[in-house]
Amino acid sequence: MKELTKKAVKRPNLAVEIAGIQLRNPVMPASGTFGYGEEYAPFLDLEKIGAIVTKGLSLNPKAGNPTPRIAETVSGMLNAIGLQNVGIEAFIKYKMPFLRTVNTPVIANFFGNTLEEYGEVARRLNDIPEVAGAELNISCPNVKQGGIIFGTDPRAASEVVALVRKNLQKPLIVKLTPNVTDITVVARAVEEAGADAISCINTITGMSVDVHTRKPRIANRTGGLSGPAIRPIAVRMVHQVVQTVAVPVIGIGGIVRPMDALEFLIVGAKAVQVGTANFVDPTAMLSIIEGIEEFCIEEGIDDIHQLIGSLKL
Amino acid sequence: MKNYRTKIISNQEISPGYFRMKILAPGFGDKAHPGQFIMFRVQRSLPPLLRRPFGIFRTGFLPADCDGLPPKEFVEIVYKVVGSGTTIMAELHEGDRVELLGPLGNGFDCKSCQGEKILVGGGIGLVPLYMLAGELVANGCSVRLLMGGRTRDDIFAVTEFERLGVETYISTDDGSLGEEGLVTQVLSRKLQKFPGAQVFACGPMPMLRAVHDICVANKTPLQVSLEESMACGVGACLGCVVKGAGHTEKNPSYLCTCKVGPVFKSQYLDWSSLGQGDNDCGGCSG
Repeated sequence: MKELTKKAVKRPNLAVEIAGIQLRNPVMPASGTFGYGEEYAPFLDLEKIGAIVTKGLSLNPKAGNPTPRIAETVSGMLNAIGLQNVGIEAFIKYKMPFLRTVNTPVIANFFGNTLEEYGEVARRLNDIPEVAGAELNISCPNVKQGGIIFGTDPRAASEVVALVRKNLQKPLIVKLTPNVTDITVVARAVEEAGADAISCINTITGMSVDVHTRKPRIANRTGGLSGPAIRPIAVRMVHQVVQTVAVPVIGIGGIVRPMDALEFLIVGAKAVQVGTANFVDPTAMLSIIEGIEEFCIEEGIDDIHQLIGSLKL
Repeated sequence: MKNYRTKIISNQEISPGYFRMKILAPGFGDKAHPGQFIMFRVQRSLPPLLRRPFGIFRTGFLPADCDGLPPKEFVEIVYKVVGSGTTIMAELHEGDRVELLGPLGNGFDCKSCQGEKILVGGGIGLVPLYMLAGELVANGCSVRLLMGGRTRDDIFAVTEFERLGVETYISTDDGSLGEEGLVTQVLSRKLQKFPGAQVFACGPMPMLRAVHDICVANKTPLQVSLEESMACGVGACLGCVVKGAGHTEKNPSYLCTCKVGPVFKSQYLDWSSLGQGDNDCGGCSG
């Protein structure tokens, strides 16, 4: 009898499209919290999530920052990993073979130390047919070069996006930093420069001090704050960006539970990324997807698009 | 490795500030190797946000009850109360629901079985040595365990180690139990007596550094188990890296404690940098 009732309920359509990338549902990991996908394969079925977003890739391997690199704070964590990654060559050689076996779109997050490097990595990504799209990181707060420098100045952001747009023959998502006075200015700039989608927010710069040693708790002094602590800020910024641009927006920031993801969708994000929650619970994305589905069923929603941007003001 | 949504079988204070917790974990024991660890979710609600890494003390099973159910397999950890997470843990009871991820990381290489084995454990660093000692004894090795602590409160499970067939030597900084002094002094003496020995160590970083120096001077192979703050435990966040031997600014080498370690052959590490950070508490992500 129970079986029958279950079958009788029509499952809602959760599939969305971001800049031409078809996602089976709107939930994907945030870059840097999911390695290259393989790390989490023992814990969750990678073919159940919307996409796999890789650790940020650069032209050459990058060692990252000195340690300690992470510190827990109230409902959040500070990190200054420093974009440690294997580099684009090793990614193609050692990480892609596994990713090819997974029937889920791969979004390659990438960055450069210089404008030229951004352009070069973008070009290299064209050579990997299985990479469905690229996410351009102009928002890492923890490295001296690249990253946030390009993300805080609308002119620099525009320049790097235009160059990457020219070199990249794949959908381009641009990931924005919250560490600006007005995120809509940068959002508009990257849209005009050719971004196909915008993801936001990256971490918020923060600092924590060990009162006994009187030293910063991470070696880089400051780090990026992530986790539930930043969620209201993220929801506000996603709301602002959605109001400003026409391209699809991917909401990121402190999503742990299904209702957190729903907040972002309701303010208008077409998809969401789950970051720190993967550390807390490696199966977090699956619970979030199930929870979104249950919510839709309860609310009589048969297509997720009825929920996206349904904010009542 | 797997994420267990499970419950606590028991949680007891065994020495002031030290607790041992048995957690129900079917199938865990078959997969766990000495020196591996778990990521433990303190409670379902937040905070604390992140899981905490704990070395595996042992695995085992509770004999079947007369209820006709199969024996209950468990994993056991020993932890020291040092911060907010472990303070909450100390309040947990039998039946409380918890989550654990494991077994994780690379443990001790205990296959080669020539000569003497000397295990050096400082305080909470004794934890991963229990399974190691058991395995080495089972392999037919002669095992000596040097247990060190600030006071006698830091020395635990002596009888259990001895029951494995391990010879134990205790030293405390204040002389409240065993010999007064550092465990490394005992190590130097033992290495003179057993020059061909292999050494395995876990404990606070200053102790590990001293053990490393002694082993280098004696040309003795050493494996150390490290502890770093971790977020994921599976090699994804890259938060727990340590510098590898040969690390330079130009050619940096960072090793994930969770994935490559937590046990390393000591020659693979850059000892000049180890423990320079603030994680030098030898036992606590709290």
